Amino acid sequence: MSTFVEKLRQYRKPGYYDKFDYHWTMTIDLDRCTGCEACMVACQAENNLPIVGEKRFAENREIKWIRIERYWEGEYPDVKMRFIPMLCQHCDDAPCETACPVFATYHNQDGLNTQIYNRCIGTRTCAVYCPYEVRYFNWFTYTWDEPLEQQLNPDVTVREKGVMEKCTFCIQRIRIAKDNAKDDDRRRVRDGEVVPACVQSCPTEALVFGNSNDPEAKVSKMMKNPRGYKVLEELNTTPSIVYLTKVHS
Amino acid sequence: MFDHGQPSYAEVNKDVLSVMLETGPKYWMLLGTTMSVAGICFFMPWIYQLFVGVGAAGMNRNAVWGSYLSNFIFWIGLSHSGTLLSAVLHITNSPWRKAIYRSAEAMTLFSLMTAAMFVMVHLGRVWFVHWSFPIPNQMGLWPNFRSPLMFDVMAITTYLTASSIFIYMGSVPDFAAVRDASTGLRRRLYTIFSFGWRGTAREWHTLGWAYTFFAIFVIPLAVSVHSIVSWDFALSIVPGLHHTIFAPYFVCGAIFSGTAGIVTVMYCLRKFLNFERYIGQVHLDSLGKLLITLSLIWSYINILELFSSWYGGTSFELEALQFKLTGFYAPLYWEMILFCAFVPLLILFKKIRWSWNKMLVISILINVGMLTERFIIVATSQPRKFLPDAFGFYFPSWIELSITVGAFAIFATLFLIFIKWVPAISIYEVKETLKPLRRDA
Repeated sequence: MSTFVEKLRQYRKPGYYDKFDYHWTMTIDLDRCTGCEACMVACQAENNLPIVGEKRFAENREIKWIRIERYWEGEYPDVKMRFIPMLCQHCDDAPCETACPVFATYHNQDGLNTQIYNRCIGTRTCAVYCPYEVRYFNWFTYTWDEPLEQQLNPDVTVREKGVMEKCTFCIQRIRIAKDNAKDDDRRRVRDGEVVPACVQSCPTEALVFGNSNDPEAKVSKMMKNPRGYKVLEELNTTPSIVYLTKVHS
Repeated sequence: MFDHGQPSYAEVNKDVLSVMLETGPKYWMLLGTTMSVAGICFFMPWIYQLFVGVGAAGMNRNAVWGSYLSNFIFWIGLSHSGTLLSAVLHITNSPWRKAIYRSAEAMTLFSLMTAAMFVMVHLGRVWFVHWSFPIPNQMGLWPNFRSPLMFDVMAITTYLTASSIFIYMGSVPDFAAVRDASTGLRRRLYTIFSFGWRGTAREWHTLGWAYTFFAIFVIPLAVSVHSIVSWDFALSIVPGLHHTIFAPYFVCGAIFSGTAGIVTVMYCLRKFLNFERYIGQVHLDSLGKLLITLSLIWSYINILELFSSWYGGTSFELEALQFKLTGFYAPLYWEMILFCAFVPLLILFKKIRWSWNKMLVISILINVGMLTERFIIVATSQPRKFLPDAFGFYFPSWIELSITVGAFAIFATLFLIFIKWVPAISIYEVKETLKPLRRDA
């Protein structure tokens, strides 16, 4: 028991991630992003996101862990469209984590902001506290029509009504990669071994995923790019996702 | 103190106890009505929602909090005056408290229970609500004490327990009076309720200091409860909610709406239970003055809230402010300002302050205003936070409206049951205010 408590205490120490486990990070290059929404489809297939139907969509109750936000700039003849993929930022100082009364959402040793569906009682406070609005609530228990239930991913649970859900950085793939590393007697997962569904499906490789604790990882190099910024950085949530801004001529 | 002449000790007992001991068909009809309204308007939609999911309500992706929470704050607020006012007035030794405090405290208790019902209705998986209590379990799972919702659970259960004990302790001598006036099963029941109260000097002494101790204990609790409810909102970083003024704002609003609620309940007690003799002009006058004071404080805090939003000057805050003042829900906002800031000013006129009917209208208007205030807090801020692409809109569904109405029926049901079980006016404390009888009279 005491070793368990000590381990828990270590997790809470600032800088723990740098010394020990991974710090999963993503960079999104907006110069490369074409807004094709392939990431959204891939995520939907990988993570068993329910198909809510036209009516629920119109009620603004769709579930999409990653979405492309669209913004218009300027007035009609001179109009420009900007878009930005928005997914859970896995903030290191996440507002949602302090909000949950039952610890259904917490920060794990990999720097991930995780959601435990079984523990969630559906107060929805996390969604209110989240400035990025990337938490999605199961307003109903959704079902899959035949034969769509055949394509459900067996590595991911299907959520019931009354449960909050959000992007997990494809934690099931991270787990598999870690298990493989352990089986091969390696201590660490190699760079590029974990590829979330959205990153895998991106045709322009705008999304890069990796362990930013590893200075040699591709994502660490991308993060040093001077174009890098974090969304709503002024709120001090310290997100794990770095956006590389679009360069305008 | 007494508008229609001073009653004798026996008359006090008779007047108060007759409400409990004599039950007419009117009472049963009223109770049946409130119970069926509660069943049809509150429990049936709720059961439907339990089966379907919270999607039965009008909330959606960007507006995940809705009228359930605004009703929750409203009922917690309504609970505020009873015990708090009773305790403060007990310590400051105000004689006008004695006739009204029992019902006011009962109001606290029942509105807290109604508020707790709304937490249940709000939750996505209410069947796991016990997880929010620190119950030791095999899995070593523990609630999150950093969460403002956890503070809420603690504060509300503590307040509920303390106010129950407070009202019970104050009722013990009256339970003994019921025991002495009744026969059969009721007599045996009230023997237990009254803990064998005999009225010795020592018992009175013990009751006196225990009651004062509890009164002092309850005051900080009452202030903390609504501060903590406000932190559910203020501890988020949502523009329009992330204000330090929120705790005093909520506490003041709570006492305001609670005092208005007391006026409404007093009116009903007077009208339907024939307590004209005990609840008189002095009570109405004092409550009216209290309402004006609270209304002025409330208006001041409201101005301050608008000012700090504007003075903060971030684009998010300004956007939230603009939506509140001129957006879709702006009519509701201005209605609230009218009912809570301007209508109470009418109480300044003695003619209005001394008229039960006019005060009833004003007190109901204040509570309508306070209900909308809570709705505006929930509906205008959190659907529109930072990213404009994710801006949402919230409008309650008919299920939510029905449950809102049903909650009043639950409250009324509980109150109707209360007046048959507990003397609605403190018999022994009313007697304390009577002038000593002259032997030659």
